[in-house]
Amino acid sequence: MAITEALGHKLIEMEKWNCCGVVASLTSDDLMHHLASIRNLIHVQDEGEDKVVVLCDMCTNTLKQTNLRVTESQDDLETLNEFMDKENEYKGNVTVIHFLEFLRDEVGFDVIKKKVKRPLKGLRIMPYYGCMLLRPAEVAIDDPEEPRILADLIKALGGEVVDTPYKIECCGSYHTIDQKDVTSKRAGKISTFGVDRGADCIMLSCPLCKYNLDTRGKEAESLIDGYHQIPVFYYTQLIALALGLDMEPLDLEGHAVDPIKILKERGIV
Amino acid sequence: MSTTSKKRKEIKILEKSDGKLADEILELSGENVYGCYQCGTCSSGCPFIEEMDLTPDEVIRFAVLDKKEVLESKTIWLCASCYTCAERCPRDLNITKIMEALRQILLRKNIDETQITELTDEEKKKIPQLAFVCLFRKNIG
Repeated sequence: MAITEALGHKLIEMEKWNCCGVVASLTSDDLMHHLASIRNLIHVQDEGEDKVVVLCDMCTNTLKQTNLRVTESQDDLETLNEFMDKENEYKGNVTVIHFLEFLRDEVGFDVIKKKVKRPLKGLRIMPYYGCMLLRPAEVAIDDPEEPRILADLIKALGGEVVDTPYKIECCGSYHTIDQKDVTSKRAGKISTFGVDRGADCIMLSCPLCKYNLDTRGKEAESLIDGYHQIPVFYYTQLIALALGLDMEPLDLEGHAVDPIKILKERGIV
Repeated sequence: MSTTSKKRKEIKILEKSDGKLADEILELSGENVYGCYQCGTCSSGCPFIEEMDLTPDEVIRFAVLDKKEVLESKTIWLCASCYTCAERCPRDLNITKIMEALRQILLRKNIDETQITELTDEEKKKIPQLAFVCLFRKNIG
């Protein structure tokens, strides 16, 4: 929120919301897994708005897919509305966008560039997208194979972009629970591409990807000989640093791999 | 191996699926597995390919040939639904949905698959909640 205000825009926090239910329904007869998402969209409608900005990649994907399904199929919309008899009917008019889309399309990266007080000069950042922002293509916020949104953001913030072919690979997602080692090796593989090309750190947007690359990536140090995990940042942490906002809410000490050292080395803090 | 996997192996293969796999998959996912021409693009982009016993294109081949052993593979549970295969398939098959259909065939017979007792307390606090919701949503009917 602090970032939005610093950029001269205002976002209103939703009063009522619930868990989006994560992965959207993948079978043609299953509407149950869309219920939680539809409820959120109804709340947006009830609060008198027609657009919702979402922070989490998974949530954006689920809400967008749900929205798409009910606007494409009148039958599905009616079934869901009838089932939820205690809620108002969803009319299908809410637009769902991710915060990155908001920054790119409504604020504009050139506006962000002008407001940067502490450019991330000299910081070599590897953008990592994961899967939910880019696939399936109908709900993607950028090109599924060659996205540029994070790279453009990094340039606007004054950093250097380290491009890698694994920027769109899946981090392992929920397998961090039942297949820890597989997820750790995955984090190792993804980050190694960045490390080999001289990246200082990784920038990403999904909370689960961050846990997998940061915490599980640190664990990969004991599984892969000679491997060292580089620090992982949320894009919002780097934006806040570049805009010169208060560092306390960023919780940089809470990372598994210390991010402060590299920021000090590059003179950003 | 979890206790539920052992239980699944004991169940006779034929009891798990009543009709032809291809028909059940079509009904659940809307995807026609006969469209696959085995190019292997899905497998080359799959992030978990090294841990799988059957590759995604093999899974589809098994479905086409109605080989019910595919329901016992690790592959369908290792799938993270990242949609990479679906995006790249030159035949426009939504392989993510096909994998889900195979999981649903088992889940709808009450054969679920999850075990989280191996997590430390600290992990349970720090892992983003969405991972748990996602895991339960995928592996429990």
